[in-house]
Amino acid sequence: MDFIRKQVDVLKKPFTKGGKLEKLYPAFNAFETMLFVPDHTTSKGSHIRDGVDLKRTMITVIIALVPALFYGMYNTGYQYYIQTDIQFTFIDAVLHGAYKIFPMIAVSYAVGLAIEFAFAVYRNHPVNEGYLVTGLLIPMIMPIDMPLWMLAISVVFAVLIAKEAFGGTGMNILNPALTARAFAFFAYPTFMSGDKVWVSEASNVDGISGETILGTLAANGEVAYSSASMFMGSIPGSVAETSVFFVLIGALLLIVTGVGSWRIMLSGVIGASVVGILFNLWGANSLMSFEWYNHLLVGGFAFGIVFMATDPVSAAQTTKGKWIYGFLVGVFCILIRVFNPAYPEGVMLAILLMNVFAPLIDHYVIESNMSMRRKRWQSIKLQAS
Amino acid sequence: MISKEISIKDGASLNLKGLAVTELGVAKTSLNYALNPDDFFGLNPRMLVKEGDKVSLGQPIFHDKNDESIKIVSPVSGKVIEIVRGAKRKILNIIIKKEGDNSINFKIPSLSKIGKDVILQLLVESGSLAFIRQRPYNIVARPSKLPKSIFVSTHSTAPYAADYDFILRKRLNEFQIGIDMMSRLIDKPINLSISQSCEIENAKLKNVEIYKIKGVHPSGNESFQINRIDPLNSGEIIWVIKPEDLANIGSFFETGVFCPKRTVAVSGDSLRSPKYYDTIIGSSISSLVDSKELSNIKNYRFINGDPLSGSKVEYSGFLGFYNNILSVISEGNQFRMLGWLPFMYNNIPSFSRTSLSWLLGGEKKVNTNLNGEERAIVVTGEMEKYFPMDIFPMQLIKACMRGDIEKMESLGIYEVVPEDFGLVDFSCTSKIEAQEIVKSGIKLMLKEVG
Repeated sequence: MDFIRKQVDVLKKPFTKGGKLEKLYPAFNAFETMLFVPDHTTSKGSHIRDGVDLKRTMITVIIALVPALFYGMYNTGYQYYIQTDIQFTFIDAVLHGAYKIFPMIAVSYAVGLAIEFAFAVYRNHPVNEGYLVTGLLIPMIMPIDMPLWMLAISVVFAVLIAKEAFGGTGMNILNPALTARAFAFFAYPTFMSGDKVWVSEASNVDGISGETILGTLAANGEVAYSSASMFMGSIPGSVAETSVFFVLIGALLLIVTGVGSWRIMLSGVIGASVVGILFNLWGANSLMSFEWYNHLLVGGFAFGIVFMATDPVSAAQTTKGKWIYGFLVGVFCILIRVFNPAYPEGVMLAILLMNVFAPLIDHYVIESNMSMRRKRWQSIKLQAS
Repeated sequence: MISKEISIKDGASLNLKGLAVTELGVAKTSLNYALNPDDFFGLNPRMLVKEGDKVSLGQPIFHDKNDESIKIVSPVSGKVIEIVRGAKRKILNIIIKKEGDNSINFKIPSLSKIGKDVILQLLVESGSLAFIRQRPYNIVARPSKLPKSIFVSTHSTAPYAADYDFILRKRLNEFQIGIDMMSRLIDKPINLSISQSCEIENAKLKNVEIYKIKGVHPSGNESFQINRIDPLNSGEIIWVIKPEDLANIGSFFETGVFCPKRTVAVSGDSLRSPKYYDTIIGSSISSLVDSKELSNIKNYRFINGDPLSGSKVEYSGFLGFYNNILSVISEGNQFRMLGWLPFMYNNIPSFSRTSLSWLLGGEKKVNTNLNGEERAIVVTGEMEKYFPMDIFPMQLIKACMRGDIEKMESLGIYEVVPEDFGLVDFSCTSKIEAQEIVKSGIKLMLKEVG
């Protein structure tokens, strides 16, 4: 360790004050702090600090995403091979998925981090870790056959418009990963819906096709999958959002570590269930009569509520606000699915919508606290007079 | 004596290794003593003595430029040998060499008949008023307006907290006199907060309203108790006195001489035998900590107060005016390879479940490493866990950063002091300097609203 440290110190020299590459210090700092937690000591405030930092928090989210990502790789291969007549093993399926997914992850990170680094150098502030999560989320919620250049443009849009335009990490109103998806959804609709995008190679090979369950329902079709398949995730869909089981493993890690808000997750499930049950009672079309518990299993609901709705920056920030926000995400998700067949998947728009309303929810929660205090002051003044 | 129970949920106990045992050590005699104007928040000092002047115990050394009744007096009899100044001639320390045995004596009328005005006048004249701090803002109490209530808390919860049962054991008589004088001043009992099991409960104290507090840090901070017992409203004033300072006030009314006694818990995981020392306000750190006990003095940080909210002091420096705690912790200026990995380095205390620290019991060793770098605030709901009050800490901090006076006021700035944010500082994932930010907010309030 000492040896590596010494090498880093030598490399660091040109980047420090007065050095030739001084301006690029934030970029160097990002790599250095990846390797070593700095030797900085406290100078003001508390003299001792918790072992946690933003890097550790973000890495925890990435670990939570890994099970779903791994299953996504398998499912990508699985969906492809069962439509061809080729014999395949588990390994074949994973390898096929990895072959398709790794380039997407690489493009997402390369493009996104390049912009993040550029802004960090331009603004002379350290590179924030937020994009480590966003950069992995984006490929996970896209259709598998999306051309890489489209992915790149979506990333550029999300990072520039949804994040940096608002001041960078911690300041954004919308969840950047979902913004990337929404951008792609509206900019390249033919690549984001239909029955030719959800299964690997469907756009190239004639015999392969596959519609998502929600797409089938929106077209008043018959759903050919059991609840068990929906839960395990062996269904067509975006890269890594199909398996509720593996998403729940991630959710468990987020809840146990306290990194993800269980309040948002729980209230989201309650919200979606309530609306789902109400629609079941109504039952005017196949989307309405689709069992409420299956609504929780299909589409990106589980993935969205666990990994996207809980994004602390774009979600409500107060405890009460989180309950309301999560509940409404669930409600709107099912509402959009049922009432707007043009957008069979509601969770993306529901979360983005509630992202916009989260500050308003917080505003009222905080306002009630402030008016409670003002009332107390006034009652004292009245007593005195 | 009936006490009311109050349970303050949330917060956390840090359980640091090296807590002083309740045993009195013999401190070396300090040659020099010092007063530091920075110990008195919001006070703008005007010197009343020059270098070389002889001073008596209880003689005013400086007063507040804005209010001359706020006097800080010498804790010893001796000679002013140096006035240490920093940038812009800011006074850092007034160093007094102990010599002789002169003191300023006051004639105290019979305590059973003493009137309100006389009590207040004696507090002002003797400099004992400096022991009392006024909320909002935690400034030295202003004699111009009496408070609606007075709070004293022997329930101390900070890491390395001093045990006031132990400190007051021999001083209960003086403590009672202090209580009597204060309660006469406001014509009602003063509020005394005590821990769940403590000796003071059996001391048959009079003129007090006793509240038994159940809870971990920061429930020992007066702000959280006031918030539950008698919340501070805009325009109101509450006085807060540390238990030993109240005994010092009592001692003054008993003897007529300013009492600068201080029992200090010297704690730290590197000390051979951390224990308590009887000493005097402003005595030198070196009289309390033997440098031979520590391998290399440069590797340690000395803190006047607890590690969460105390202020850094050099080994060559002096004990602060108010603190009953002197903490010695290791400096943490080392790199940690891949230190950000979850579930690694579990020996570093962490409230976050991204470390297994919470599973490992026992006392924890700490150092001053920041354990990361400052970032934008990302994680939410974290500060609230260590802020058991009906105030939104993050929103208040943001209002302070913006300097939005109206928001700060309605979000509850009057009810907090920076040290209430000690655990917020500690636990913050983004390493936000909450105490510093709140302090700047309070400074702004003091300047703009007063």
